[in-house]
Amino acid sequence: MANSTIKIDTTAEDHHIASMAAVALGLTILENAIPSPLPGVKPGLANIVTLIVLSRYGWRVAAWVSLLRVVAGSLLFGNFLTPGFFLGLSGAILSLIVLAFAQHLPKRWFSAVSHSIYAAFAHIAGQMLVVYLWLIPHTGIAYLIPVFATAALVFGTVNGLIAARFMDNPDIANTNTIENPT
Amino acid sequence: MLTEVLQHIKLGDYLTLLLGSVFVATISATLWGGDFASKAIIRSGGKIFREVPLSRDQQIEVPGPLGISIINIQQRKARISSDPSPRQYCVRKGWLQLSGEIALCLPNQVSLELSGSRKRYDSLNY
Repeated sequence: MANSTIKIDTTAEDHHIASMAAVALGLTILENAIPSPLPGVKPGLANIVTLIVLSRYGWRVAAWVSLLRVVAGSLLFGNFLTPGFFLGLSGAILSLIVLAFAQHLPKRWFSAVSHSIYAAFAHIAGQMLVVYLWLIPHTGIAYLIPVFATAALVFGTVNGLIAARFMDNPDIANTNTIENPT
Repeated sequence: MLTEVLQHIKLGDYLTLLLGSVFVATISATLWGGDFASKAIIRSGGKIFREVPLSRDQQIEVPGPLGISIINIQQRKARISSDPSPRQYCVRKGWLQLSGEIALCLPNQVSLELSGSRKRYDSLNY
């Protein structure tokens, strides 16, 4: 009888990415409990984790955490490969592209707040693009853009502030480091 | 609380916030701000009766099958001020000033439509 157990060799970094994605997932679930006035207007709390990971471990790890969160979140909520999943995915991808550029802003003057705002706008842009090209190919959706843009500015700022506050606080900032995974 | 929050915002972040606010304001103004109409199209019996600019205040009498409808243009706004139709819907519509707005007096077959620099879509197009 053949040994059917498949063992995948994982590195400490894999574990770390998984645990960060799990934290992001937790925030996603928390956020889904908050009623939204308009479909698509969500605080995007999980992006706080993406921002922190970006500034500490770089863009590659942040991309892993963000995309894992989108895919695993859709599996949890049962909307994998539904329109909602592609909306989240396109938003996440465009945010990551923008963050790839925004992370090079001089750290002296720009904090996670800026990163968060740019990423939030990119998220909305990615979603609207999918909505327009695939779901509702009508210019009428342009009327909703101001609502989404305002939400992006507000929630982007708030998420950025939370991430910046977390990172500026040395007491809580060093509790989970990549050097000593469990 | 507020000072505690503000200390995390750096100078460039204020720039980002400013840029973002300007962007949101601009996009809201262009997408939502109904542009003010520049002319009124008056139809009677389905045909264009007259096209008049809103820049000049005037009163126009439009004949229809039931009688005369009176259209007033004042301070870049227009309305049907009097109409022989029984239910007076077009009169109660009041002053119109945005492009795309329309007042219809179906019984008297008179309509007042405002149009601006660009033609906007409305549900009547479909």
